[in-house]
Amino acid sequence: MKTHILVTVSLLFSSASITLANSEAMDTLLQTYAAQGAATTNAEQGKRLWVKTYQNKGEFSERSCTSCHTQDLTAPGKHAKTGKIIKSMSPSSNPERLTDIKKIEKWFKRNCKWTMGRECTVQEKANFLAYIDKPTNF
Amino acid sequence: MKSTLAITAIIFTIGFVTLPVVMSDSDYGWGKDEEYDRSSTGVAAISNPVYKEECGSCHMAYPAGLLPARSWTRLMADLENHFGDNAELDAATHQSISKFLLANSADQSNYRRSRKLNNSIRLADAPLRISAIPYFRHEHDEIPERLVSGNAEVKSFSHCNACHTKAEQGSFNEHDIHIPGYGRWDD
Ligand code: HEC
Ligand code: HEC
Ligand code: HEC
Repeated sequence: MKTHILVTVSLLFSSASITLANSEAMDTLLQTYAAQGAATTNAEQGKRLWVKTYQNKGEFSERSCTSCHTQDLTAPGKHAKTGKIIKSMSPSSNPERLTDIKKIEKWFKRNCKWTMGRECTVQEKANFLAYIDKPTNF
Repeated sequence: MKSTLAITAIIFTIGFVTLPVVMSDSDYGWGKDEEYDRSSTGVAAISNPVYKEECGSCHMAYPAGLLPARSWTRLMADLENHFGDNAELDAATHQSISKFLLANSADQSNYRRSRKLNNSIRLADAPLRISAIPYFRHEHDEIPERLVSGNAEVKSFSHCNACHTKAEQGSFNEHDIHIPGYGRWDD
């Protein structure tokens, strides 16, 4: 029943423009990003950004989203410094993912700053979401 | 099915035996018997869900009774530069976690381990790391480097739960120590 409603909602949104997302949280976020200028999403760009390496002075001189989340979004990752296991990122393997707007925004903020040395743009976040939601190989 | 029942029954029994011990962890009433010694090796377990979620995502959620209030205040003042990581929080969450930490800090606790940690710190100091506290150093000074920094599964003393299998429940009992690649620690 719940799935049914979700599917209907997603379908409504997708016809409005963007992608078919798995959760209400993601739909809402993508709409917000669209209102801020990121009208389309590009999962392939999201993947490129996900695996890109950034140079940093000091500890962990080479940083990337994959430093903690690995290249395989359906497999568990490991925190680069503490070694703590991080549950897999893709909603297909971990249904808790991308279901909580506050949580997603909180980690985007922290992880973009740590990895790239700055906050991500809305377009980058939209692309990341599209890729994490459907991590197809490009 | 039958074995599940049996296990449940055992857990239930253990729960009942240990519950009063944990709840009455003070210096009174238990004398020198073994149960007292067991519970006295611990600090209060964490039960705050917001704390567990926010401060337990990158490492174990450290029990609040491991650092004094002045240390927690210092640590919470700069979460954006948190040991080389970014752990910043929104204002409301920050406030609720600070309140929780200060109310349950080592200097507020009557758990013995918390008091010992706290009493070993000079009043002028506010260490950010539990692993830098004099009492902590003293308790761990016999453990060779190769089992810690030279051990990929431990890396540093910060990762209590790599060796103390019940650290997240606030228990540091010797019987629950298992050093990866080395085994149990009994001396
Ligand atoms: C230093 C380690 C580290 C790096 C590097 C890192 N992350 Fe994370 N990330 C985490 C941790 C820890 C969590 C929380 C995990 C949990 O809730 O289980 C997380 C969670 C997330 C979440 C929340 C997902 C959800 O819905 O639960 C998103 C989105 C995310 N990261 C994106 C990124 C992106 C994009 C990058 C690269 C720009 C990145 N991360 C780099 C450690 C890292
Ligand atoms: C984004 C990841 C992240 C989050 C979130 C986080 N921490 Fe940390 N924390 C770290 C890292 C990395 C270290 C350093 C670990 C090391 O040196 O191996 C650390 C170390 C610590 C230490 C020192 C441990 C020791 O004795 O060496 C304490 C205490 C601590 N964190 C408390 C907190 C509290 C309280 C919160 C919640 C407000 C929190 N942390 C949230 C990443 C995080
Ligand atoms: C490398 C493994 C290892 C790590 C990591 C570690 N410990 Fe220990 N810890 C030990 C061992 C071994 C002992 C027992 C030392 C002895 O008795 O000689 C001990 C003893 C203790 C004791 C005293 C217990 C008692 O019965 O007297 C406390 C308290 C303690 N550790 C807390 C911590 C905390 C808190 C952390 C994380 C900040 C931590 N430990 C990290 C191995 C470790």
